[in-house]
Amino acid sequence: MVPASPAAADLEVRALSKRFADHAAVRDLTFSVARGSFFSILGPSGCGKTTLLRMIAGFIRPDSGEITIGGRSMAAVAPNKRPVNMVFQHLALFPMMSVAQNVAFGLARRGVGKAERLRRAQAMLERVGLAGSGDKRTDELSGGQRQRVAIARSMVLEPTLLLLDEPLGALDLKLREHMKIELKQLQSAFGTTFVYITHDQSEALVLSDHVGVMNHGRFEQLGTPQELYFAPATSFVAGFVGANNRLTGSALAVAGDLVDVAAAGGWVIRARAHGTIVTGAPVAVYVRPEAATLARAATGLPQGQGVHAARIVSLLFDGANSVALLREASSGLELRIALPQTGALADLKMGERVCFSFDPERAICFAAEANA
Amino acid sequence: MPDTTMTVNWRRRLVLALLLAPALLWLVGLIILPHVDLALLSFRERVAPREYVPSLAQYRTFFAEPLYWHVFVRTALLSALATALTLAVAFPIAWVIAKVARGRASALLFMVCLIPFWVSETVRTLGWMILLRESGVLPSLLTHLGITAQPVELLYHDATILVGLVYTSLLFMVVPLVGSFESLDNELIEAAYDLGGKGGAILREIVIPHAAPGITAGCIVVFMLTLGNYLTPTLLGGKNSQWFTEQLYTQFITRFNWEQGAALGFLLLGLSTAMVWLGLKLSGQRFSDVMRRA
Repeated sequence: MVPASPAAADLEVRALSKRFADHAAVRDLTFSVARGSFFSILGPSGCGKTTLLRMIAGFIRPDSGEITIGGRSMAAVAPNKRPVNMVFQHLALFPMMSVAQNVAFGLARRGVGKAERLRRAQAMLERVGLAGSGDKRTDELSGGQRQRVAIARSMVLEPTLLLLDEPLGALDLKLREHMKIELKQLQSAFGTTFVYITHDQSEALVLSDHVGVMNHGRFEQLGTPQELYFAPATSFVAGFVGANNRLTGSALAVAGDLVDVAAAGGWVIRARAHGTIVTGAPVAVYVRPEAATLARAATGLPQGQGVHAARIVSLLFDGANSVALLREASSGLELRIALPQTGALADLKMGERVCFSFDPERAICFAAEANA
Repeated sequence: MPDTTMTVNWRRRLVLALLLAPALLWLVGLIILPHVDLALLSFRERVAPREYVPSLAQYRTFFAEPLYWHVFVRTALLSALATALTLAVAFPIAWVIAKVARGRASALLFMVCLIPFWVSETVRTLGWMILLRESGVLPSLLTHLGITAQPVELLYHDATILVGLVYTSLLFMVVPLVGSFESLDNELIEAAYDLGGKGGAILREIVIPHAAPGITAGCIVVFMLTLGNYLTPTLLGGKNSQWFTEQLYTQFITRFNWEQGAALGFLLLGLSTAMVWLGLKLSGQRFSDVMRRA
């Protein structure tokens, strides 16, 4: 979890709330971000993550609560005085200036002399791998280069905190994958604390040291990417982070940690209970595609797990991420199950009868929520 | 095959010619032909009734007569001043319409700028006269409030002419400015602010460079309208106005000296062309970019 010691935290948020006319955008949020770490706020659009980021940057005034950056309260500090810089969603490079002038803009506002600021801008451009591009216009750069200019423009001011507002959103898929790696490398090279907001769970998982999963203005869970993926705290996190099969039903029998769940059509599945599950209560079970094993016959499955019958609906080949969509025989529910990476089942056909099983320890059962 | 291609090309050219015909007729018939005629007029001199010889006498008169010179320079300077004042007044208005007000409020503000143009320029100017003349609304209000002992004549000053010109030109500056400001991404302003910029620096480094084509377009339009305005300077400035268009009117209508009038007209055309060229040079803008904004 995020270290609680305030000495090591660059950003501390305490009981922060913001209401807009008809809805609460951010509700009583408390968290801290350790110095030098990469922290992501992950959530669907409208969850309040942009409001939260803009409150940290100072563009929105919170209704209540406190933001402390580098140990200093930001209550009365205007955005242009905060030790925080932001990389905007559309980067917001100044088209009327050259690349070097863009990077030197913040230094000029601080009264750094012309020769000195051009020297520092040049040095910063070298650090982000754009040594020769200082005199170019911003529209002569590629998407990835523009992104690096936006980061350089902020980093040259040596902020305590760099905020990034979904900067990869506007890039195409291939470049996005590339920029993910580049962002991670830039962050570890600079050692600056990054606060990154995104709705893309893969970006959050790949980049972050810690992730806060946000929904309806609150953090559903705050933890490392591994914790979110393997031990989701709520039904929402289980459904939002990574691919997951969601099976609803009611609890038939509770035996210690394990629950037998009756899904549609009398199909019974066994899963690990999260929190207290009462017999007869409505529940939702989450099974990751890679947690289940697929085989042509029951003999090909691990021993001691419940065997389920199904028919292949569709095969989605995507290299190592290939999955089979199948329909369970008794309930008619659709499931995604990962195909083995060995290529063992590469000759499966649509409509073929198969069977599958999963370890009940890796299927998580939540009590169903009203809004889930 | 080549035959059909040629027919298609021909047909396309014919359609294009037909579509352009009204505009071309307009341009040639109402703008180019009269100007050619005026140019010819300006380069001749009447030596006897119905007897003319080519000469530069009309232009010589202009340079020899100090009154013409004086009025010419005065008109140019006052027009430039009126343009600058219009820009200063229109800038915050356009900013509010484009960036501060939202939805209905923004449309309403735009309407407020447009409403004065629902009545004719003559009526509008006469309205100013009712307000400003010695026995008018404003002087009696000033006396009533004890600011002046007696009603003062507010008409027939240079300041009055400037007020009238700015009022008449405001919309033509507001429209291109609103267009420029609307196309300015708010993220850029936020980014400049985030990087430590204050109001003045953001205005100088971000807003004005972005809006430069719009500002130049507005200034050119307003300057040309002001320079060629006849009604406002004449009515609000009276005999003191000494606007160059009055000299033109006098030559053509009062003196019936078309030759001199034509020469003065061409000098005015030269003046506005020169000032526009100078404005473009000083602001570093290209004519085609600016005209797209206007």
